[in-house]
Amino acid sequence: METIFGIAVDGIAYGMILFIISVGLSVTLGLMRVVNLAHGAFAMVGGYVASYAAQAAGLPYAAALVVAVVLTVVATLPLERLLYRRIYGSANELNQVLLTIGLTFVIVAGVNYLFGPTLKRIPLPDLLLGTVSLGPKAIPAHRAFVIGAGALTLLGLWWLLERTDFGIRLRAAVDDPAMAAALGIRTERLYLATFALGTGLAALGGVLGAELLPLEPYYAIRYIVLFLAVVAVGGAGSIFGSAAAALALGIVDTAGKYLIPNFGEFFFYAALILILFRWPHGFFKGRTA
Amino acid sequence: MTTMADHSAPETTTPGNTLMTTRRGIDWIGIPVVAAVGLAAYWLLPDDLGLLTRILSSALFVLSLDLVLGYGGIATLGQAAMFGAGAYAAGIAAVNWVADPFALLAVGGVAGGLVALATGALILHARGLTLLMLTIAVAQIVQEVANKARDWTGGSDGLSGIEPAPVLGMFRFDMYGRTSYLFALAVLVVALVVARRIVRSPFGLACRGVKEDPLRVSAIGGSPKLYLVALYGVAGVFAGVAGGLTAVTSGIVGLDSVGFSWSAEALVMLVLGGTGRLYGAVIGTAAFMGIHHILAASDPFHWMAFIGLFLIGIVLFLPGGIASGVERLVGLVRGKEDRA
Repeated sequence: METIFGIAVDGIAYGMILFIISVGLSVTLGLMRVVNLAHGAFAMVGGYVASYAAQAAGLPYAAALVVAVVLTVVATLPLERLLYRRIYGSANELNQVLLTIGLTFVIVAGVNYLFGPTLKRIPLPDLLLGTVSLGPKAIPAHRAFVIGAGALTLLGLWWLLERTDFGIRLRAAVDDPAMAAALGIRTERLYLATFALGTGLAALGGVLGAELLPLEPYYAIRYIVLFLAVVAVGGAGSIFGSAAAALALGIVDTAGKYLIPNFGEFFFYAALILILFRWPHGFFKGRTA
Repeated sequence: MTTMADHSAPETTTPGNTLMTTRRGIDWIGIPVVAAVGLAAYWLLPDDLGLLTRILSSALFVLSLDLVLGYGGIATLGQAAMFGAGAYAAGIAAVNWVADPFALLAVGGVAGGLVALATGALILHARGLTLLMLTIAVAQIVQEVANKARDWTGGSDGLSGIEPAPVLGMFRFDMYGRTSYLFALAVLVVALVVARRIVRSPFGLACRGVKEDPLRVSAIGGSPKLYLVALYGVAGVFAGVAGGLTAVTSGIVGLDSVGFSWSAEALVMLVLGGTGRLYGAVIGTAAFMGIHHILAASDPFHWMAFIGLFLIGIVLFLPGGIASGVERLVGLVRGKEDRA
């Protein structure tokens, strides 16, 4: 019973981190049709900025979080203009993969040059170090915080896409970019805003998940397969699909590590194959939200 | 999008013809050039034969990826599954049963081909990102199996103690790696000839048809999936032979031969060289591993920065890879000759 509870808490927290990072990838893939392998690198940059802000500059955790997200978005926006805009559209997936792998390598090398190859930590405030009692059980406050942040992100994105003007334009552009442009929607600005949203979410996930996905220069390469798996299982562009996929894969992975630690990633990839057999286009195919 | 298509259409028709003729010209001399350069390197760089041998066996692996990607249009990040299966099969056979190097290559090829046929039949119905994830997952599972079957594969310690018999009973594998190098060069040249024959056969043309337009292939009575699975199996044989060649020439097989990064590196090498040309695989591998050898000696992160910028540059300025640059250069030179 204890184990099941532990798996549930850790699995859901892990799944929420996967969700926050991957949903940005999913939205950019759904709208701009670009397989962005540098997405993990953006998450890593967010984590490193927060670590630097908290440790070297002495900012409190919340301020470091905001600084990390804002700085990452500001730093990556020129990349959208200079690089990504040239590879939008599904014309050549291979070029997208190579350009973004190249970008990932450059970011990995740059992060190593600036911050060194050692593991970086983001010190948690006292508030998140304790436990939260939940009836008869108690769960670590950080896990509870992560789960809450994930749920808030899910709700916020749902509201943004379903209830705002921006969301309506975005969904129109996903369904038919040419028609949306013909109706006067400024798709280029929309792409820029969506790209910023995606990188912001990546940075947020990178900071919140630093306890679960430790920050080191190879972070960007090590975890990108994980994020891509979530997008493939969830279906590109689907928010609820991403959430369901991230939670399912997070729980499967955590359960595998708790119960049969010897088999490492085996269960994660076996589950991935089985799910992609049953739902080859992801859980929520053909829905934009 | 439509405006872009309108722009590029008239442009490609005129230089496209000269490009086709130059490509055919290079195609014809490509394999003898590989053999000649390989032999020249043997005399010019006698101290680096270890590295050169690794380049040759890796080029064979990248060639297998070119068959899949360049001629079948199958985007995969799991080609190392077949390479690793071939390497481990050849290694296990060498440790336990046979020592003849050609028999070991055959064992590797059969193992790679079987893994490719079995997994290809299961996953090739998918497309795009789904297919990419399925190939990654297959390779990860093969790696996990190799890691767990410690009694056979040595697990994370690697499989060592592979001591092949002399080639044809005459040429022993010496400590300077001369025999290894020439053996690998011979295997690569033969593989290039075979691959060229395959892509020019009716089967190869049918595969290219599937790549261009699967719907039309099924409309004229072919089965796209059948062609793709067969092509995947053939490429699996090549990858398995490459794995066996690595096991024979290096004497060890490690878990990294099934790793995700090996598949990704192969893809990078192929696109650096140029897809759908066969010899592009050889150029890309030599360029990638040569530069890696020079730069990674000082600091692996310098290497990552360089290769990253290089990749971005290739995608933005030379989308066909190094081989297309060579072709354009040759085309320019020929064009001037014609005019003169």
